[in-house]
Amino acid sequence: MSFVSVGFRTLFYKEMLRFWKVATQTIAAPILTAMLYLLIFGHVLEGRVEVYPGVSYTAFLVPGLVMMSVLQNAFANSSSSLIQSKITGNLVFILLPPLSHWEILLAYVSASVVRGLVVGAGVFAITAWFAHLSFAAPLWIIVFAVLGAAILGTLGVIAGIWADKFDQLAAFQNFLIMPATFLAGVFYSIHSLPGFWQAVSHFNPFFYMIDGFRHGFFGQSDISPWTSLAIVSAFFAVLAAVAINLLQRGYKLRH
Amino acid sequence: MTAIQINSVEKSYKGFKALKGVSLNIEQGEFFGLLGPNGAGKTTLISTIAGLIRPDVGSVKIHGHDVVTDFREARKHLGVVPQELVFDPFFTVRETLRLQSGYYGIKNNDGWIDEIMHNLDLTNKADVNMRALSGGMKRRVLVAQALVHKPPVIVLDEPTAGVDVELRQTLWKFISRLNREGHTVVLTTHYLEEAEAMCQRVAMLKLGEVVALDSMQGLLRRVSGSQLIVHLKEGTLPEGLRPLVSHDENDGQAGGKGNRYSLRINAPGEVEAILARLRESGAVVDEMQMQQADLEDIFLQIMGDAKAGKGAL
Repeated sequence: MSFVSVGFRTLFYKEMLRFWKVATQTIAAPILTAMLYLLIFGHVLEGRVEVYPGVSYTAFLVPGLVMMSVLQNAFANSSSSLIQSKITGNLVFILLPPLSHWEILLAYVSASVVRGLVVGAGVFAITAWFAHLSFAAPLWIIVFAVLGAAILGTLGVIAGIWADKFDQLAAFQNFLIMPATFLAGVFYSIHSLPGFWQAVSHFNPFFYMIDGFRHGFFGQSDISPWTSLAIVSAFFAVLAAVAINLLQRGYKLRH
Repeated sequence: MTAIQINSVEKSYKGFKALKGVSLNIEQGEFFGLLGPNGAGKTTLISTIAGLIRPDVGSVKIHGHDVVTDFREARKHLGVVPQELVFDPFFTVRETLRLQSGYYGIKNNDGWIDEIMHNLDLTNKADVNMRALSGGMKRRVLVAQALVHKPPVIVLDEPTAGVDVELRQTLWKFISRLNREGHTVVLTTHYLEEAEAMCQRVAMLKLGEVVALDSMQGLLRRVSGSQLIVHLKEGTLPEGLRPLVSHDENDGQAGGKGNRYSLRINAPGEVEAILARLRESGAVVDEMQMQQADLEDIFLQIMGDAKAGKGAL
């Protein structure tokens, strides 16, 4: 089996083409949403909150919004593609050919990573005009952006396989992904939270993705980026194992 | 060489047994018909062959490759036209066929894609989005998708359901050519005249079991004699002739314009006796026609026998 097989490349290309053909909805809309968050929260809280010494609130917010957009769009890409294909029945075009489980997973996740990064880059390009940003450790920015998008892309594959209806997927998105993202420190440092909620935040893997990503900009974070990397990598490995297991068993795909 | 080997396949859904130990061998190069009424298990069996359904018991092999344990090799040898009219609304016809080629590991397949489109009259729709196609055109694309990798085994699950005569002719011409070139074809259809014209061998399924498996000639020989179709102008069919009825075309509503019956006869000499019985009962024959028994008669007879619990294999 080859990860760069024609089968993998074709499915990856198809998934890219799918979101590119509706770029207004899949790329432009989330960029606009993130910009609105920045304008509103930045305007209300600028000058009142200083999370890290010497870093304005708007500057603190930008990496959080970028990472939130990366994560949410990576999830949306794989999950919506799978649920649409399942409901319309065209998933059969993927299930009939000799694609391996790894090829299917990697293609969906890779396309999710690309969409997440494209939206993230777009959000950054727009929001960076509103704040003075530094790039203390750019490698961490890339590592956490790619890994975070891959995790959410994989979670999207799992949710897309599990969900039978659009409202089940919406529940997954609204009751799991959104709260986990919002409570991961997009808008604040968890050090500003009471002790109990700080402890709870440490069980949220999204916190480590956003904290590690932000470290790449400011060289400051709530915890060490190495710790975040270890936790995020372990989380990715677990999710990938779950997704592969579902594909191998044909869970809700092959009856 | 055996193209498809089906060994004692069983499949249940929530207590309902859709397949009850089906065993079949389909040889390479055959044009094979899989017939049966709705709910007989045809689509379940085809989905099992395609790897879309996993059997509870038994196994299926395509060219010697198990569809579960050696699925990649098995699927390379198989092209399936699904019954449902499904399509991806994001792509044009050509994009759809290029993507499907890629899933089978084939790059630069435009030569064959053009040939398939030409043979299925899709060339002038190549750059049209799938959403804009009519149902018949979408069906053609489904057939084309199943053929992009030139599979040695082609499975068509009711490919002509609800499509016009033109597509049927185009499709059968192309599929017959592929069969002559050595491709194995498995067809399920409710149009029995199509099966009779195309298939060399037939399996009939009922309630998840194979109730008949024979060559087309073998099956046609099973029903001796012919059909006498009578249209009564007056009166109704006497009770004594009722056992000969193979089709009551009135659906139990005797009399009036639709007073037509198909009666099974073994020899032309029996016609006079039937007419005599009709005259005695006061019935007046308006129109009469002799017809050789066809697959539909055999199908109805075998399904009737299976219902009565008689072995038909």
